[in-house]
Amino acid sequence: MSQQRRKVFISGNEATAEGGIAGGCRHFFGYPITPQNKIPEYMAEELPKIGGVYLQAESEVAAINMVYGAASAGARVMTTSSSPGIALMQEGLSYCLGSELPCVLVNMVRGGPGLGNIGPAQSDYWLATRGCGHGDGRCITLTPYSVQELHDFTAGAFEIADRYRNPVMVLADAILASMMEPCELIPRRDLPAPDRPWAVGPHDPDQRERNIVNSLWVEFDVMEAVSQRLEERYRQAAEEITDWDEFGSDEPQVMICAYGISARICESAVMQANDELGIRTRLIRPKTVFPFPTEPIRSWAERVDAALVVELSMGQFVEDVRLAVEGRCPVDLLGRAGGNVPTVGDVVEKIREAALRAGVARV
Amino acid sequence: MPKVKIDAERCKQCMLCVEFCPRDSLRISERTNLKGYHPVEQCDEESCTGCGICALVCPSVCVEVYR
Amino acid sequence: MAEAKLINPYPKGLTEVEMRYCPGCTHGTAHRLVAEVLEELDIIDRTVAIATVGCSVYAYEYFNTDAVQAAHGRGPAVATGIKRVQPETVVFSYQGDGDLASIGMAEVVHAAARSENITIIFINNAVFGMTQGQMAPTTLLGQKTTTSPQGRTVEAAGYPIRICEMLATLPGASFLAREALTTPARIRSSKRSIRRAFETQLAGAGFALVELLSICPTWWRMDPLEAIRHVEEKMIDYYPLEVFRDRLAEEDEGGDTNA
Ligand SMILES: Cc1ncc(C[n+]2csc(CCOP(=O)(O)OP(=O)(O)O)c2C)c(N)n1
Ligand code: SF4
Ligand code: SF4
Repeated sequence: MSQQRRKVFISGNEATAEGGIAGGCRHFFGYPITPQNKIPEYMAEELPKIGGVYLQAESEVAAINMVYGAASAGARVMTTSSSPGIALMQEGLSYCLGSELPCVLVNMVRGGPGLGNIGPAQSDYWLATRGCGHGDGRCITLTPYSVQELHDFTAGAFEIADRYRNPVMVLADAILASMMEPCELIPRRDLPAPDRPWAVGPHDPDQRERNIVNSLWVEFDVMEAVSQRLEERYRQAAEEITDWDEFGSDEPQVMICAYGISARICESAVMQANDELGIRTRLIRPKTVFPFPTEPIRSWAERVDAALVVELSMGQFVEDVRLAVEGRCPVDLLGRAGGNVPTVGDVVEKIREAALRAGVARV
Repeated sequence: MPKVKIDAERCKQCMLCVEFCPRDSLRISERTNLKGYHPVEQCDEESCTGCGICALVCPSVCVEVYR
Repeated sequence: MAEAKLINPYPKGLTEVEMRYCPGCTHGTAHRLVAEVLEELDIIDRTVAIATVGCSVYAYEYFNTDAVQAAHGRGPAVATGIKRVQPETVVFSYQGDGDLASIGMAEVVHAAARSENITIIFINNAVFGMTQGQMAPTTLLGQKTTTSPQGRTVEAAGYPIRICEMLATLPGASFLAREALTTPARIRSSKRSIRRAFETQLAGAGFALVELLSICPTWWRMDPLEAIRHVEEKMIDYYPLEVFRDRLAEEDEGGDTNA
């Protein structure tokens, strides 16, 4: 019988940090950047108490490479940052992918490009799902929409990273990072060391060959085989861990697709559209965006008259929705940027417009 | 009798051992190895003291010294 | 007379894989010295070598230890990650001067500042070898390279960086030495410093770096002997050979630790 979860009132950043600890993370390397500074601060306070290591790196470049080293040595390791810092980590991330190293990253996305601002944004969707540095690797990307999910997803990310030998990114935003909510904490416990027979470290040469962590494959066929192996893992992950939630009418005329903080706003809008406008609306909320919940979105697209995407970006996530919909229904976008967030009213108005255009609502 | 043995296939004919040998005991051979180099050989076993300098300077780790 | 015995068995710290360096390139010498030290200290099975990006990128095939290949310049950060997870592991990063003194300058400086308990083998051959002989931060004034075809000038590229002297300003650097892989005597001395750099780590005394003046006959466009002469006549002038810091020795003498 596992221990009871303890309910606390806590910020997203703290819930994320505690989620990391619950997931078995004992090594954290990071570099301060708003709006996620509470995470390294929390780790600096807590990790030494439980025999772990917190180290402030000289840059995000160094931080991700420390993660690379620690993961090579078999540790459950994480780093957290926000957009410009994650941009700086791309090369190291690519090495993690190429060397097939499990590790966890959290991106509390802020406004950009450039120095941008510290407002909430979802404009690193491409960076997370398409970026990951150069080459063919992809980051498994989880998209929590509450403080509780930040906690749970971060904790669960370590197991996923180990299962697929791949970096996992928790993609959230500045609102989720600083928002306070009740959260049931997974009890801390000492997990057995992860099973990583490939990790480097002291060993008896009679027991195993030497281990090499490497992403250099000069022979084309060998390099292609690595890419194919990664691709096969992503296909497997698509089958096993694709996750989403649905909410609203069972016979929808309009489908809304949104993840993270946008989905929170959309929940209220869906209720209003259903109850007050009489437009039957359903929200599809991906909890993973790589792998992407293509199937549910596609099958609802068969049945609805219109789809609406709401995101805090000028249109990144919408591309994956359109790829899933493949022309089965018109897809509209409500995108805000720069730290701005649509109101529930804005979303309801967009639902009405979409329904009107599709001829399923009057006035 | 001290002597040196050179792994002819690994030798890259850099000449460092020949140059640093205090007894001029080494020279380039006539033969060609698979890489296309003329590997070094010992020309004068008599003079070799087995000092090991050739092995010390050899970047290819291909000199064995017997003493 | 007794049968002559092999006095220099092939170092256990090296694999049988043949190194792919150009003829005369002293990367090979440096590898051998490190391997011999690992064997003498009996730490091969608890050492992790970090191969970086440069001609020595395949170091993970040559050192008979566990190994991690690191991004260009990031060896000290990767070493830090490993060492913080496994303090009992001996970690060393093998880096060229493009890798360490150019793209990876921040990582090495901060590893030294933290007195990270790792060892760095730093090959200073004054050029980017792997990418075909471009100017490095360590290229001498006047030296011709493929990107300083008229010779390096102060106006265009400023002054070459003396890494050891710079790191010596940091109290966290516990062992710092510059050696040259040229003459038999200097090669022996290089090995002593390499050994000291590992002993510093084994004693838990902190950051250790050995800079080895090395030749790149190919991109210096010299034969190996000329290249060795070039180090002796030109490079050592600008890069004096010296043990800049040896904290273990200072502690043995009970002296000021210069911290
Ligand atoms: C991020 C990045 N930039 C550039 C390169 C290309 N590159 C490979 S090796 C190298 C320089 C290596 O020079 P050095 O460290 O002096 O080692 P050497 O080859 O001389 O031993 C460069 C610039 C790279 N691999 N990665
Ligand atoms: S030093 Fe080694 S590689 Fe060079 S010529 Fe002599 S034996 Fe051959
Ligand atoms: S290019 Fe220069 S540094 Fe590289 S292997 Fe050849 S001689 Fe050595």
